[in-house]
Amino acid sequence: MIKVEALTKRYGSVTAVDGIDFHVERGEIVGFLGPNGAGKSTTMRMLTCYLPPTSGRAEIAGYDIFKESLRAREHIGYMPENVPLPADMRVHEYLRFRAALKGVPGRRIKERLTDVCDLCGLGEVSRKMIGALSKGYRQRVGLADAMIHEPDLLILDEPTIGLDPNQIRQVRELIKNLRRHHTILISTHILPEVEMTCSRVIIINKGKIEAMDTPENLRRQLSASGETVVEMKVDNLKAAASKLRALAGVKDVSHHPAGDWTRFTLSTDGDPRERIHELAVAEKWPVRELTRRGATLEEVFAEVTHADER
Amino acid sequence: MRRFFTLLKREIAHYFRTPLAYVVLFFFLLLTGFNFHSGLNALNRETGQVTVVEAFFNTILFWFPLVLIFPLLTMRLFSEEYKLGTIESLMTAPVRDWQVVLAKFFGAFVFYAVLWLPSVLYFWIFQLVAHRPAATSFSCYLGAYTILVLVGMFYLAIGCLASALTQNQIVAAIAAFAAICAMFFINLLAQLLPSSAPFLIELTYYFSTVEHMKEFSRGLFDTRPVVFYLSMTAFTLFLTLHVFQYRRWKK
Ligand SMILES: Nc1ncnc2c1ncn2[C@@H]1O[C@H](COP(=O)(O)OP(=O)(O)OP(=O)(O)O)[C@@H](O)[C@H]1O
Ligand SMILES: [Mg+2]
Repeated sequence: MIKVEALTKRYGSVTAVDGIDFHVERGEIVGFLGPNGAGKSTTMRMLTCYLPPTSGRAEIAGYDIFKESLRAREHIGYMPENVPLPADMRVHEYLRFRAALKGVPGRRIKERLTDVCDLCGLGEVSRKMIGALSKGYRQRVGLADAMIHEPDLLILDEPTIGLDPNQIRQVRELIKNLRRHHTILISTHILPEVEMTCSRVIIINKGKIEAMDTPENLRRQLSASGETVVEMKVDNLKAAASKLRALAGVKDVSHHPAGDWTRFTLSTDGDPRERIHELAVAEKWPVRELTRRGATLEEVFAEVTHADER
Repeated sequence: MRRFFTLLKREIAHYFRTPLAYVVLFFFLLLTGFNFHSGLNALNRETGQVTVVEAFFNTILFWFPLVLIFPLLTMRLFSEEYKLGTIESLMTAPVRDWQVVLAKFFGAFVFYAVLWLPSVLYFWIFQLVAHRPAATSFSCYLGAYTILVLVGMFYLAIGCLASALTQNQIVAAIAAFAAICAMFFINLLAQLLPSSAPFLIELTYYFSTVEHMKEFSRGLFDTRPVVFYLSMTAFTLFLTLHVFQYRRWKK
């Protein structure tokens, strides 16, 4: 559905997107992740034929974004960052205009309008002026606009930013339901969102792709360096901590009291739970909790974008 | 073609949605109505050689609102879309750049035509009331309105160009106003030129809207102004298209 080869965009001396390559297959939901200024919006603008690339090429549904841009655009439903909308039109007028503009046949416009209004929960506001809508509803109008011509590919630039938690959940559900008919490229900062909805993640930083895989695989790559929590009753804190630290696979130990108990947090390599258990049995320390947490996508994100360096 | 008409419809509808359009319409009607009234008064006092149509189309009260409305009608066209960012959703829809430019141009032109429609009514009412024609022949009407259309197209195109250049509507309006005034007052140069240079005077006639109107409202057609306005309109719209594309290229 999307084929990108060595795509580059320079704004004067700033290289916003630096020779990225990736493919998106039909039916995939791909999360486009990156810190501010990473080049997500710029990439999306090039894919939607709004900005011409400085070099490199891309195809949408087999059409070159540069040579056959009109064809390519017919296959895309795009929701730009911040959802620019004209203030002085009513919601249904605007959507009708957009449908006609994107080539929905006249007799189908009404039907499509009802469909997207239902999908995006725009029923009550469809006669309102767009200028009078709240941010969340503007966002929904943008989403409805992106879907109105039943495109094969949806490109959504931060669709859930500024929504309340209920709306975020609704949009997530919506995106999940769209998976059957659409391919989706979605940019976001919200990591749980990616975990819940996306089948693949592309992490981009400073214009370069840093990682690209399923969320599970990305987590597995880092899962070696996880965290293990153990809550025990020990008599000598210092001795216990140093004994824990001596175990193979334990890099660091911190502890803090939890009533009579002590909660040790171990940063670990691999899975040392069995050895911790054996130690506790040998030392006769009562244990009431022993859990290991693999890396979260958040940690993957921090690791590949070197967030802590900055 | 359907896309073009969708865009055109929206552009026209947009005019009738903004309060500015109604303010323009109101003051324009006020001024042209007053112009018609004072034209008739002047004719009443001295029954001269001019017809009512000539008296209407060749006064300062006619030219003044005419020159003013072009920047007001066009300043919004591109600038507002740049500012709001709606240009991004517009241009990521499957529309061609020239369709957008032409839709904006013709949208403005339709509103311009609407501004002039009531003036037809003035002459008609004059005939009903005074029981004599407002002009010596039909070609006087035809001539006057032909020049209105031609001048309108050219000056609206200048306005489009100015608006495509900037995201600031005020800057667009001032730029368009300056360019239109420069075109409009070029014939004043003729009076500064030495009469020993008839070629130059001839040349300024070629640009002079006021002279064109004088001739045409007498029913005297000349192909040179027609060619001039049509080719300048086409050229200015062509420039507009390139400026419009270049803005995105540069970004
Ligand atoms: N019109 C522009 N002119 C010059 N530089 C720009 C322009 N637009 C973006 N940039 C630069 O390009 C880089 C990438 O910007 P982009 O908007 O693609 O980032 P992003 O990943 O979408 O960030 P965010 O998460 O904040 O939306 C940034 O360094 C930005 O300053
Ligand atoms: Mg962005």
